[in-house]
Amino acid sequence: MVPLWMYLAVAAALFSIGVFGVLARRNAVAILMSVELMLNAVNINLVAFWRYSETGTDLLLNGYVFTAFVLIVAAAEAAVGLAIIITVYRNRRSVVPEEARALKG
Amino acid sequence: MELNAISIGFVVFTVFTLGGAIGVVTTRNLFQGTIWLMVSLFGVAGYFILLSAPFLAAVQILVYIGAIAILITFAVMLTRSVARIKERYIRMLPSFIASLALFLILLLGVTIPIFGAHSPDSIPEYVASTRDLGAALVDENGYVVPFLLASVLLTAAMIGAIFIARDESA
Repeated sequence: MVPLWMYLAVAAALFSIGVFGVLARRNAVAILMSVELMLNAVNINLVAFWRYSETGTDLLLNGYVFTAFVLIVAAAEAAVGLAIIITVYRNRRSVVPEEARALKG
Repeated sequence: MELNAISIGFVVFTVFTLGGAIGVVTTRNLFQGTIWLMVSLFGVAGYFILLSAPFLAAVQILVYIGAIAILITFAVMLTRSVARIKERYIRMLPSFIASLALFLILLLGVTIPIFGAHSPDSIPEYVASTRDLGAALVDENGYVVPFLLASVLLTAAMIGAIFIARDESA
């Protein structure tokens, strides 16, 4: 087996790449894709800690189930996020988040 | 780290995951970006196999690559204003510095303290199987309440997405 820190290092790199995409990309769809990358980094961490933790005699499933719920929330987030992006595009002809500022005070 | 099937698989899936992720944030054509996203998500599914969570790997392929990546592809096709966006990035250098700093902080704060701990020989031999997961999800002492709440969340998200994206003029 591979030691735990390698999984954590890969997840840290994946999360940082996602943060860069969220901060630097201009297209809202690209930002949403970067958010998905960050959620995947979190999932790697959860499953790795679950696998390497001492569960003793009990079969603890907390990490496993938590990862499944992160997947569910990611699916809901992608559906609603893309619906918002399509609505903003229909009204403003733009997918740049900075141009959707109708609610700005 | 001895050379065996798991180590080779780890290296291959690392190349898939990080290479796909770099492709997502650097490619100019967003359609190619979704392909890179699928490559990256496939690498993450491989990690789940290595971590003896085959059910999560199957769900990762089905939900992420089969549903979310396809949904993003549809969104890319429906919002074709790529030609209008001249530059790919805004605030590229500060973002790069910030994410690099975050990576170093994560390495120093999380990875280095457990370096050497949890040696591969000490991990539990027997892990919970998909059968245990299914039993725990419907066990009243287990996760039945979050399981039901997740279904409510998915229904609410589905109705919300249809309502938000509805074309009011049609």
